[in-house]
Amino acid sequence: MSAETVPDTTFFVTEEEHHDAGGATLLGFWIYLMSDALIFATLFATYGVLSGSFAGGPSPREIFELPLVALNTAILLVSSITYGFAMIAMQEGKLGGTKAWLAITGLLGAAFVGIELYEFSTLIHEGATPQTSAFLSAFFTLVATHGLHVSFGILWLVVMLVQLSQRGLHPENQRRLMCLSMFWHFLDVVWIGVFTFVYLLGVL
Amino acid sequence: MREHPFPAIPRPLKAATILSAAMLLSSCSRAVLDPAGDIAAQQRDIIYISTALMLLIIVPVMVLIVVFALRYRKGKGAKYDPNFDHSTALELVIWSAPLLIIICLGALTWWSTHLLDPFRPLDRVSATKAVDPKVKPLVIQVVSLDWKWLFIYPEQGVATVNELVLPVDRPVRFDLTSTNMMNTFYAPTLAGMIYTMPGMRSTLHAVINREGTYDGLSANYSGAGFSHMRFKLHGVKDDGFATWVAGVRARGVALDTDRYLELEKPSQRVPVMRFSQVDGDLFRRILQRCTKPGTPCMTGMHGSQPEEGKPEGAVFKEGQEKKGGESVTPQPGSQSPPPAAGQHHDHHSSLNLNHAAPGTARVAAA
Amino acid sequence: MFDESVIKTIFGRLTWESFPVHEPILLVTFIVVMTLGLGIVAAVTKYKLWGFLWREWFTSVDHKKIGIMYMILGIIMLLRGFADALMMRAQQAIAFGASEGYLNSHHYDQIFSAHGTIMIFFVAIPLIVGLVNYVMPLQIGARDVAFPFLNNLSFWLTVAGALLVMVSLFVGEFSRGGWLNYVPVTNLQNSPDTGPDYYLWALQIAGVGTTLSAINMVTTIIKMRAPGMSMMKMPIFTWTALCSNVLAIAIFPVLTGAFALLMLDRYVGTNFFTNDLGGNPMMYWNLVWIWGHPEVYVLVLPVFGIYSEITSTFTGKRLFGYSSMVYATVVITILSYLVWLHHFFTMGSGASVNSFFGIATMVISIPTGAKIFNWLFTMYRGEIRYELPMMWVVAFMLTFVVGGMTGVLLAVPPADFVLHNSLFLVAHFHNVIIGGVVFGLFAGMDYWFPKAFGFRLDRFWGKVTFWGWVIGYWVAWTPIYIVGLMGTTRRVNHFDDPSLQIWFVIAAIGAVIILIGILAFVIQIAVSIINRDKLRDTTGDPWNGRTLEWSTSSPPPAYNFAFTPQVHDLDAWYDMKDRGAERPVKGFLPVHMPRNTGAGVILSGLAMVLGFAMVWYIWWLAALSAGALLIGGIIHTFNYNRDYHIPADEVAEQEDARTKLLAAGA
Repeated sequence: MSAETVPDTTFFVTEEEHHDAGGATLLGFWIYLMSDALIFATLFATYGVLSGSFAGGPSPREIFELPLVALNTAILLVSSITYGFAMIAMQEGKLGGTKAWLAITGLLGAAFVGIELYEFSTLIHEGATPQTSAFLSAFFTLVATHGLHVSFGILWLVVMLVQLSQRGLHPENQRRLMCLSMFWHFLDVVWIGVFTFVYLLGVL
Repeated sequence: MREHPFPAIPRPLKAATILSAAMLLSSCSRAVLDPAGDIAAQQRDIIYISTALMLLIIVPVMVLIVVFALRYRKGKGAKYDPNFDHSTALELVIWSAPLLIIICLGALTWWSTHLLDPFRPLDRVSATKAVDPKVKPLVIQVVSLDWKWLFIYPEQGVATVNELVLPVDRPVRFDLTSTNMMNTFYAPTLAGMIYTMPGMRSTLHAVINREGTYDGLSANYSGAGFSHMRFKLHGVKDDGFATWVAGVRARGVALDTDRYLELEKPSQRVPVMRFSQVDGDLFRRILQRCTKPGTPCMTGMHGSQPEEGKPEGAVFKEGQEKKGGESVTPQPGSQSPPPAAGQHHDHHSSLNLNHAAPGTARVAAA
Repeated sequence: MFDESVIKTIFGRLTWESFPVHEPILLVTFIVVMTLGLGIVAAVTKYKLWGFLWREWFTSVDHKKIGIMYMILGIIMLLRGFADALMMRAQQAIAFGASEGYLNSHHYDQIFSAHGTIMIFFVAIPLIVGLVNYVMPLQIGARDVAFPFLNNLSFWLTVAGALLVMVSLFVGEFSRGGWLNYVPVTNLQNSPDTGPDYYLWALQIAGVGTTLSAINMVTTIIKMRAPGMSMMKMPIFTWTALCSNVLAIAIFPVLTGAFALLMLDRYVGTNFFTNDLGGNPMMYWNLVWIWGHPEVYVLVLPVFGIYSEITSTFTGKRLFGYSSMVYATVVITILSYLVWLHHFFTMGSGASVNSFFGIATMVISIPTGAKIFNWLFTMYRGEIRYELPMMWVVAFMLTFVVGGMTGVLLAVPPADFVLHNSLFLVAHFHNVIIGGVVFGLFAGMDYWFPKAFGFRLDRFWGKVTFWGWVIGYWVAWTPIYIVGLMGTTRRVNHFDDPSLQIWFVIAAIGAVIILIGILAFVIQIAVSIINRDKLRDTTGDPWNGRTLEWSTSSPPPAYNFAFTPQVHDLDAWYDMKDRGAERPVKGFLPVHMPRNTGAGVILSGLAMVLGFAMVWYIWWLAALSAGALLIGGIIHTFNYNRDYHIPADEVAEQEDARTKLLAAGA
């Protein structure tokens, strides 16, 4: 409603208003993601400051297994695509397709977290623990924070699958799926940063 | 000493703020505003000049606030113009007047910050006397321990605790570090303060111009003993300095590694101590965190390894290790125990650290 | 021993020694607090108010009620924070030479840490958030905020944080690391006790609340303005609330990150801020001050908005230079992010870095100065009515310019080298926080109280409050400026030089005068409630206001506006009065409203238990409450029944009552 279309002497909106709660939710969630991005920015900056503080412990070159991480990156990127398919199915009103693509996305996410946990356990087994040096503290914290986000995303996804089964493509559920979609793609973007700045720059 | 370079302040302004006048008058005999060192004196001058610059705008504003607040009271009959809400000319003044002041102040800031940078060697001893290029600055190594000050005179080979003696009119370079807490080294009469930080070296150049005894302290809160982390600064003539050094040397106790490690333990209200000998390498070892025999020294930016073992995170230990309310900082009066004495016995480190890579001594990285 | 290990498992490191029964001061405080608390609980039980409080207040998602609850929280915590201040003033007034005073460093250090923490996080923030919560939706013609449940949750998370700080008074210790919990003092080696853990958990929980609240407010302002209210027709208070909350969103994650890293250091043994193994304590200082300096503007910007609204109302004029005021606010918001290093010039960052941050800091004084001029020229050719809010404005302007001046002085690095960490610095920030934020909050409370409750605050006791604070401020802090210029530094619990004592005695007297102001404020509220019929305002517009909040009744109905206003002008309500807008008296429609929920209280309670369990290493309880928190959150998402409609005849009933009142008053 722009001011021009309203007469200058109208002081009150006397007809039924149109509610646009969904728009506010998406904006609010996007702002939340920005604040989350700042937490990651803090962790990236911390990693930047401490990435050379080995304190006699191992350096990135000695511990990072690039092929494994590259595989993991690919898994997460593919999961973003499958989430996109889920959203397309949702827009077309296909409940089954939405759920199937969501399940695939969740499995890919779980694979990602699983490989990450395997990587962590290998490192800790080799004696490269978060307590070893400031570099490793920053590395574990940054990567694990991302991993925790992904795990939370998977949990959310499972809850959404239950809610989709209960209520189908309820507008509320559609709105939630759009929020989760932003969340999932956001984690993808953050991971690209992690892969580039931590793994690639650490090894190259 | 030169006169206060107080720029002429317009007369009406002088009468204006009783407050700031009172502040300046009442404190004119004190260290910050009547320093005995050239650096502190220049810093004092910067305070005066900046304040005067700002009063140029602050005083008229305060006067206007009072005038408008009184004149435009309802019922006073002053002109009422409810539609006066914009004036381009006035807004131009509103933005440009503070801007002009800040431009002046910004220029002053840039110039004075570089001139009075603590890392910058002195080029004058006082306003009237340049530094003699043949005279090298006296080097003093300052270490803040919990909670006392250690001063090492490497050229003289002596060290003191909580007593700093400086020859008058001789440039001094302080190299500073800390063992555990962050403190600031602050002798208000000598120069501005500078942080002392573990594993870091900071530098301060200064000179004292007047004989006398002055106060020095830590100005950055550092735990239980902080309030009493004070020392006396003595400004003495050259021959007096030589006599004092000879006296310390003659007194006979050396600051060897054992005695240093004893000294390093937290203690409060420590009386003055003087050491006739000191290991010339002690400051470097403190800086690189390897005073304890057998500890690898930290090099470059890579970080040191703990000397006594670091307490592990809470989730990895038994509840009994840490009682609620227990404080590692001893209560006033007690001289020990060393920090976290009971904290380390279960330190079963699974990480087997190699020796730090060989390298050169780290440089100041503040 | 088996028994002991079982007890350790159950209670963590919590033992009988954790309760300070041997500390007389704490014991007396505890008894007083418990007596008061039990008295309130007994009274509520006696008058059978629990159900009412739970239904109408605790679980309410109404922004007005949440706003009022924030204000109550802030005022209660002000009493606690001020008690700390009095204790510090008393200690510094007597601890000279041979006298050690009555507080050793162990207690004194906790008190100054708690004072700063409480005053910023649990007084200033709740009071600001409370005012924004109450006023902003009314100003933009909205019926609630964008996320009403989130608003309730934010409030209760803040309460949970405040309660944890209060618990630390009687169970264990609070931090001795200053109000920002500085490392290395708070490293695990140096402070293995519960203090820093209480600090970290309390502030993390409250911080989540503050961040969520900021997201909520920004979304509300962007999405829910009344039709016709373009950005440049937004009331100035809403503008400052927008900038303040955008800034909060930009900084609180950094603080959360920094605290999380320190928690990892303390709980997992990582090496972010340790002295050894490559840790870097200075990084903590950088991170907390990246939050810390903008935080000052998070607090002061909305207060600038309050002053603007009040000046405009009580001079009977449009705000002078509205658009330059908006630009000034936006410029301050952006610049405040670029100045944090001025909090540690003396760390030795080098002359060029120091100069950059020093000059950036000074540049902020230009838009701030422009604001002062704008208020000044709003007064020019006005008809100033010296009601209580306007008195605060004049006192603010005279006090704040001095604080601004000393602030710019501290931004000059060579001057800061001698004034850093001195009492001059302490006097400076109390000058801007008391003279700016606190005065503005009192102005705002005096101004909007009649809107919230339908009657004005008592004028006499309001004046006592005013003079108590204004005189008290100057008596208390002028001597602190002076001793700061003498080279006296902060956080010291004992002085050697007896000649300084007189200044600290004067400062203590000033603190007592401020105490009179605070007590007078409490009396003012009590007297006003007793005399509410005499102070009643039936018009909804007691000050001849200019913005939309004055267009509805006092207190406003749950739905705020029966019909959403259509905005044509910056001073929308003034425009409506000016052009004789008729208030519609029939044709009411059902109003769509959010439903109350207890989820916020429950989740925040669980968060508090989690914090307490983590502080005391009670791992089973921590795991249990964390799990419950997660499950509780999930269960809440299965509740799809979150809104309802107020029927049209109920709306009509309330509006007809107002029509009658207005007719009787006219």
